[in-house]
Amino acid sequence: MKLHEYQAKELFRKAGIPVPKGFLLTSQEQLTTALKEIPGPPWVVKAQVHAGGRGRGGGVKVVHSKEEAESAVAGLLGKSLVTPQTTPEGVTVHQLLLEEGVEIDKEFYLGMTLDRNLACPTMIFSPSGGMEIEEVAKQSPELIFKEPVDPATGWMPYQTRNLVYRLSTLPPGAAIKELGTIMKRIYDLFVANDCSLLEINPLVITGQGSVIALDAKMSIDDNALYRHKDLAELDDPREKDPLELMAEEANINYIRLNGNIGAMVNGAGLAMATMDLIKLAGAEPANFLDVGGGASEEMITKGFEIILKDERVKAILINIFGGILRCDVLARGVLKAAKKTAINVPLIVRLEGTNVEEGRKILEESDLDFLVAKDMAEAAELVAKEVKTQE
Amino acid sequence: MSILVDENSRVVVQGITGREGTFHTQQMLAYGTRVVAGVTPGKGGQKVEGVPVMNRVAEAVEKEGANASCIFVPAPFAPDAVMEAAAAGIKLIVCITEGIPVLDMVKVVDYVKRKGSVLIGPNCPGIISPGKTKVGIMPGPIHRQGSIGVISRSGTLTYEVVDQLTKAGLGQSTCIGIGGDPIIGTNFIDHLRLFKDDPQTEGVVLIGEIGGSAEEEAAQYIKEEFSKPVLAFIAGRTAPPGRRMGHAGAIISGGQGRAEDKIKALQEAGITVVVNLAELGSTAKRIMKG
Repeated sequence: MKLHEYQAKELFRKAGIPVPKGFLLTSQEQLTTALKEIPGPPWVVKAQVHAGGRGRGGGVKVVHSKEEAESAVAGLLGKSLVTPQTTPEGVTVHQLLLEEGVEIDKEFYLGMTLDRNLACPTMIFSPSGGMEIEEVAKQSPELIFKEPVDPATGWMPYQTRNLVYRLSTLPPGAAIKELGTIMKRIYDLFVANDCSLLEINPLVITGQGSVIALDAKMSIDDNALYRHKDLAELDDPREKDPLELMAEEANINYIRLNGNIGAMVNGAGLAMATMDLIKLAGAEPANFLDVGGGASEEMITKGFEIILKDERVKAILINIFGGILRCDVLARGVLKAAKKTAINVPLIVRLEGTNVEEGRKILEESDLDFLVAKDMAEAAELVAKEVKTQE
Repeated sequence: MSILVDENSRVVVQGITGREGTFHTQQMLAYGTRVVAGVTPGKGGQKVEGVPVMNRVAEAVEKEGANASCIFVPAPFAPDAVMEAAAAGIKLIVCITEGIPVLDMVKVVDYVKRKGSVLIGPNCPGIISPGKTKVGIMPGPIHRQGSIGVISRSGTLTYEVVDQLTKAGLGQSTCIGIGGDPIIGTNFIDHLRLFKDDPQTEGVVLIGEIGGSAEEEAAQYIKEEFSKPVLAFIAGRTAPPGRRMGHAGAIISGGQGRAEDKIKALQEAGITVVVNLAELGSTAKRIMKG
């Protein structure tokens, strides 16, 4: 689960990590109060959306007067923002963060993520702050410094030295000390909140010599939300696709893609492999949908309903390898969904594994119109052919 | 032979009184697995499918000589269950549970290593040595005893692959689902090392997916130290970056973990990579002796 910048900064503030003074705007009317409360000009107006690349999409504006602030807010609030990471339609901006402007002397990147190979959290520090860290990693990997953390000891002072003393130009002593404090607090915050990613880009030394986090990005491990009720409440459903939201509530793994073939599969690996096969057959999947290894009849029904709700879907492929999920359960779930919503597109079914005969029989004896594929390759070819004949 | 589990494995099922635990205990017994005990704290003294239920794993080790564990305990309690098994001296721990917080696994993996146990999973289908025993949830009948080792990050995708192998006349020595989470107990290389020394295993099928770099490391290892034929498949060539594809570990982030990079690394190591999954069985037949 992703947090908004303002939410992450609130957590930073509580953890003693310095951030600029800010005011969250949800309407133009609040601006007068905001400008009174926040020191400036200059101010910075920042769109609060989960998509990255906000700066490049025009979602961050530096303003030098009340008038400029008014026009920036009017231009962003309630409007659609297109960034390199959104769809061409963009995302609606519901909230803005207005912050005091800060004079920047030096910019850094500071992040914490999980190192899968070392199986531990790892701090990443770079003097190339303010740039996309993926780009830095590609262009100049020597400017990315990493420090894995032993969960038994937590962040140790020597680790700050390992990162900071690799800089070609050393910051003043006071700033080094502040960096150490921030690194320690970032690690503690990461662990305390079960983060999967924590990023400050840029972390800056100001003209006055103090260290402050100008941006904040935080993602929480979904699997750990059960023990962070306070964080779970920060979830912003407006940032999500309505069909993805519906799937989330039904505990189904569903991701909307750009094609027109609806696919329902059991198991994430098989679902990915099915997408790959659809593409190999010359068609495009409309979604990734994994009903899970041991889905119930209700989940099958729900999953099928979600696919049927997607207006772009021109043909549907069901690919089930019955293990824990029995083929007869699948068949009954599909029939139940078909009773609720009419299926107006071709349906291709490939069943294999536990109770496959019973499952096929249930489908055949129903009045459902569908094609049977003998294996995965045939299923993908059939569904691709159906879509092509419609074009 | 086979690796890690065989007819001598004495299995304790942790979480045996739950719905999944009971169902799969029955399935494992039907396959011939020696399930010698179950553990559910507070329910010691009961029986499930004729298997005695105990309060602690240590009891199952002392009284029934359990040497392998299969865990169905819900995610919030699973880390504790894995550590209990390791502390009790269980050498092979299979954790089926899905949804364990990743920072919990950081501690668990470290602990299990220090205790000298082998952890498979979490979020995995388990391990099977066909014809001998299965410790996990995979459907038994699709497997056939033979000489191909299978290592996979997936569940149902592995069943699909095994089914194709069996239909192509290629039996399996041992099949291991290592799990779909970002941090898992054992990875491809750990099992490749065992397959290398296993006389029954004549070739290996490796099933990877997007996310992380375990496939790249396996490729490097195979190139340097593994001489038996290897066939690989990587799922998720069409997965969009930045999205978690069902498995917690299946995500392309920051340009890392893409399928094409994995395929390239494997091919550069001289490994045959199947692009069309439907052709896996026939390709395996061509390059493996069976």
